[in-house]
Amino acid sequence: MTTLYNSVKNTFWRGFRDGLPFVLVVMPFGTLFGVAATEAGMDILQVMSFSVLVIAGAAQFSALTLLIEDAPLIIILLTSLAVNLRMAMYSAALVPHFGKLRTGLKLVISYFLVDQSYALGIREYEERPDQPIDNKVAYFFGIMLIMAPFWYLATYLGAALGASIPDAFSLDFAVPICFIALIAPLLRTIPHIITAIVSVVAALSLAWIPYSLGLIIAAIMAMMAGAYAELKLKAYK
Amino acid sequence: MIVDPSKIWPVIIGMAIGTFFVRYSFLGLLGDRELPEWFLRHLRYVGVAVLPGLIAPLILWPQATGGTPDLARIVATITAVTIGIWKKSVIGAVLLGFGTLYAVQYLTG
Repeated sequence: MTTLYNSVKNTFWRGFRDGLPFVLVVMPFGTLFGVAATEAGMDILQVMSFSVLVIAGAAQFSALTLLIEDAPLIIILLTSLAVNLRMAMYSAALVPHFGKLRTGLKLVISYFLVDQSYALGIREYEERPDQPIDNKVAYFFGIMLIMAPFWYLATYLGAALGASIPDAFSLDFAVPICFIALIAPLLRTIPHIITAIVSVVAALSLAWIPYSLGLIIAAIMAMMAGAYAELKLKAYK
Repeated sequence: MIVDPSKIWPVIIGMAIGTFFVRYSFLGLLGDRELPEWFLRHLRYVGVAVLPGLIAPLILWPQATGGTPDLARIVATITAVTIGIWKKSVIGAVLLGFGTLYAVQYLTG
């Protein structure tokens, strides 16, 4: 029993160490979200609730952007939740590893299912598929127990700082710059690049459509263009 | 750029519930179920389909300038995209993007 206990403990700390570098990525995003949301008029309870309850940077920035544009509630929710749809893929990918856990643990794991915990977790489970389920869970919590507190803390720091930063620093640009930093590494295949270009061109040309509906139409067009390009490319090869 | 206060809590609560359901979808509700290939193929591009379209107007027609295109923001965008694709560095893109923005703003007064 002692050896098993130790190995679970070690796996937890390995997750903790593997998550550590991502703190550097999470801190600026959290801080910038806190700053941008405060500048937009949210109070500290609202800003913190956003980061703690939603815990999804890109979708939070989407929602904030559309709130600032005064889009209708339903459009804000649809667009921002679409940004999070990729997490359904993460959820499906973890079923072979966590599917048999009790419901309580699955609820907690789902709350903590973010890009980084998915990416690190799935790599670990593919490298060591036969380890006990307790170790897999310990690794996952190791990652999030280092990352999540820093996400909350960074948001808080940003919110506390937010109102005191002068306009000369052009912090309205924090939102686009964060998105660019998030998207650019994703542009790794031709279909991804085509998707991004269609998205930009269509969104700009459809910007006249009211209620930010142009963005949703543009996103659907871009998504279809990407999927179609992937299909064509595969047939060509 | 103050947002409508009556919308803030509905957005936070709606996003919290919606995002949680997406995360819990397969792990807790649907289980080990095969998704159709066409569906997965579209899902792969959702993020890249939404986000660039969302920010393109913010960059081209910024509220801070009343909607007039701004050289500093455009040059900063090009820098950040280049660094992001070339170096795959998130922090590098943010820092150099802001650095370029301030540099061009300073140079053009």
